[in-house]
Amino acid sequence: MATKPELLIDAASLADMERLIEAGADAFVIGESRYGMRLPGDFDIAGIAEAAKLAHARGTSVYAAVNNVMDNRTVDTLPDYIRALAQAGVDAIVFGDPAVLMAARSAAPGMKLHWNAEMTSTNFATANYWGRRGASRVVLARELNLDQVIAVKANTDMAVQVQVHGMTNIYHSKRPLVHNYFEHQNKDGSVENVPVHGRREDGLYLIEAERPDERFPIYEDANGTHIMSSDDLCMVENLHELMEANIDSFRIEGLLKSITYNETVVRAYRAAIDAYVMDPQGYAFQDEWLDAIVSLQNPSRELSYGFFYKEQVY
Amino acid sequence: MVTTQTAPRLKGKRHRLAKPELLAPAGNLEKLKFAVHYGADAVYIGGQKYGLRSNADNFSFEEMKEGVEFAKQYGAKVFVATNIYAHNEDIAGLEDYLRELELAGIAAIIAADPIIVETAQRVAPKLEVHLSTQQSTMNWQAVQFWKEEGLPRVVLAREASLEEIAEIKANVDIEIEAFIHGAMCSSFSGRCVLSNHFTDRDSNRGGCCQSCRWKYDIYEDDIAMVGMDADKFTMGSKDLGMLEHIPDLIDVGVDSFKIEGRMKSLHYVATVVNAYRQAIDSYMADPERYELKQEWLDDIQKAANRPLNTGFFYDTPGAEDHIYEPEEKAAPYDFAGVVISYDEASGTAVVQQRNHFKPGQQVEFFGPNGTFFKQTVGEITDTDGNALDAARHPLQHIVIRTESPVKPMDMMRKRIR
Repeated sequence: MATKPELLIDAASLADMERLIEAGADAFVIGESRYGMRLPGDFDIAGIAEAAKLAHARGTSVYAAVNNVMDNRTVDTLPDYIRALAQAGVDAIVFGDPAVLMAARSAAPGMKLHWNAEMTSTNFATANYWGRRGASRVVLARELNLDQVIAVKANTDMAVQVQVHGMTNIYHSKRPLVHNYFEHQNKDGSVENVPVHGRREDGLYLIEAERPDERFPIYEDANGTHIMSSDDLCMVENLHELMEANIDSFRIEGLLKSITYNETVVRAYRAAIDAYVMDPQGYAFQDEWLDAIVSLQNPSRELSYGFFYKEQVY
Repeated sequence: MVTTQTAPRLKGKRHRLAKPELLAPAGNLEKLKFAVHYGADAVYIGGQKYGLRSNADNFSFEEMKEGVEFAKQYGAKVFVATNIYAHNEDIAGLEDYLRELELAGIAAIIAADPIIVETAQRVAPKLEVHLSTQQSTMNWQAVQFWKEEGLPRVVLAREASLEEIAEIKANVDIEIEAFIHGAMCSSFSGRCVLSNHFTDRDSNRGGCCQSCRWKYDIYEDDIAMVGMDADKFTMGSKDLGMLEHIPDLIDVGVDSFKIEGRMKSLHYVATVVNAYRQAIDSYMADPERYELKQEWLDDIQKAANRPLNTGFFYDTPGAEDHIYEPEEKAAPYDFAGVVISYDEASGTAVVQQRNHFKPGQQVEFFGPNGTFFKQTVGEITDTDGNALDAARHPLQHIVIRTESPVKPMDMMRKRIR
């Protein structure tokens, strides 16, 4: 038997959590948008407490997303919020801003901390830097390739989390870009009946002239404007390469997907992980795992290996 | 965004104003010299590695030493941007590189990646470490964290407002640096991998291809949201320009005023530094009677290449702060020459040609501290006295009669329309 990696996903509600636990998820990232970034649903403290209770009863974990770029107003409320998260029973706090680390040190000294700086968590030495300051897990940037991911794992004692499925954020601005654009259009009276705010449920996407087949979702919320990748990462075929490297946690991004789709994805990865852990030597990828995902995949969004096998220049 | 709001000031009691540092970009050694000569208190440059402008000239260690020596004559400092987010393979070699910077006499590095911060503190203790804007720091508690880590200065996120800066200054005793002029990422700095996705170029290691300034169509369910001939969607922002708001920035206690633009021209750097230098000196000399001078604003316009706005200092940028229409090159002037020497007896200057000019053209001469005059170019010769119909050879030395005395490193610009 090999060490069993964790299968981690977000959830929009308690009901979704139930279904995803049933499908085989081991852990959840949840939170509220005042503190956490790009969450599919808002859980207040009472909701988080319920979620933790549900998760623990089923042998799963709950991590609270406190990974926004924080302003002074929010920072002033962090000690109380983190204390409340600890009382709610969360298993860890996900952070990017050092302000959260500072607040957690005093408000919840024993709390586990996962360092997630999105696209800027790019090397083992910096992971270890945060490890020395109290983080127990590094969430790696999606822009790393497999060799780099493996080298991070080989050079740290921290748990290593990578995203294996779903869309990724490729641009985050504090500006209300969609609102601003439609305001500009309306100034000369050329636009009627458009959503002035690009809320997530509006389903807006960008197309760049030279890439007509790629659709980049764009939406706005209280934290600004988010642009997402045009492809969905899908590593289920090659998951054994990450399992051989003893990566600790596999993250599925469920944002902007239906619960049925996310359930199907969780089932596929669950099957792959269980088969591998049972018998690493005899492990063989099963086409049916991928087929199940493909059958529900939006045809305008390619399933890709992201940056896992790419070399980037600069 | 036009606004008449002022920053929160300490009401009721007078407080001593600290004179801020004016920090200018220098893409190469010549730009460094001019930035310092025109009044920068410090300049920041890029070395051969670890910087975010892989397309800029970038300094060798030898050039850094020469730059440091030059700056020293003016009491100015040289900083080096080591602001990439490192990948595993970038870690080897980091210690040696930082030691070389220390040996070259560099005063500070500007670092985003904590491992570069920590390594510098360990192996090159004489280098100050300034936290880069790429860390998107915009709250006092995070600033406090970096202070406790031993950093003397934090460059704030460009999203921080004047009010937030005042709160940070009130809570933490640390130097705060803020961008006051130049191009801006429209995203949180560092939180953008558009280049990676569009062109496989790593934005956080210097490969940014400015995809935010490209044009996009915005769709919902296969239907374009606006007509095909309407202005397209873009994330591209106007440039930051805070010249009209120097008192507000000084009053909230910003310690270092940073001008963006290691890729910008010599003329741009000298012109922008010159204007801010005069505004800062004028306000510090007599805050009560300070007046913004129209000529400073006019000068900035002669070098600007995008329309300006005030970023997040007063409020969140709106529709008017983006560039949806086709960009027009705003500057009606071109850099034409640099004064090499001046002969008082004959009233002539030797000018190194930097762009085409010819007799009959309107030009302006300017130097540090606002020295300035206009004239028409008269007869010109080469240094052997041969008459020329135009100065058309790059870097050629041209003799020209000037209507007022000029000094070496004064600049000449010509009107182009």
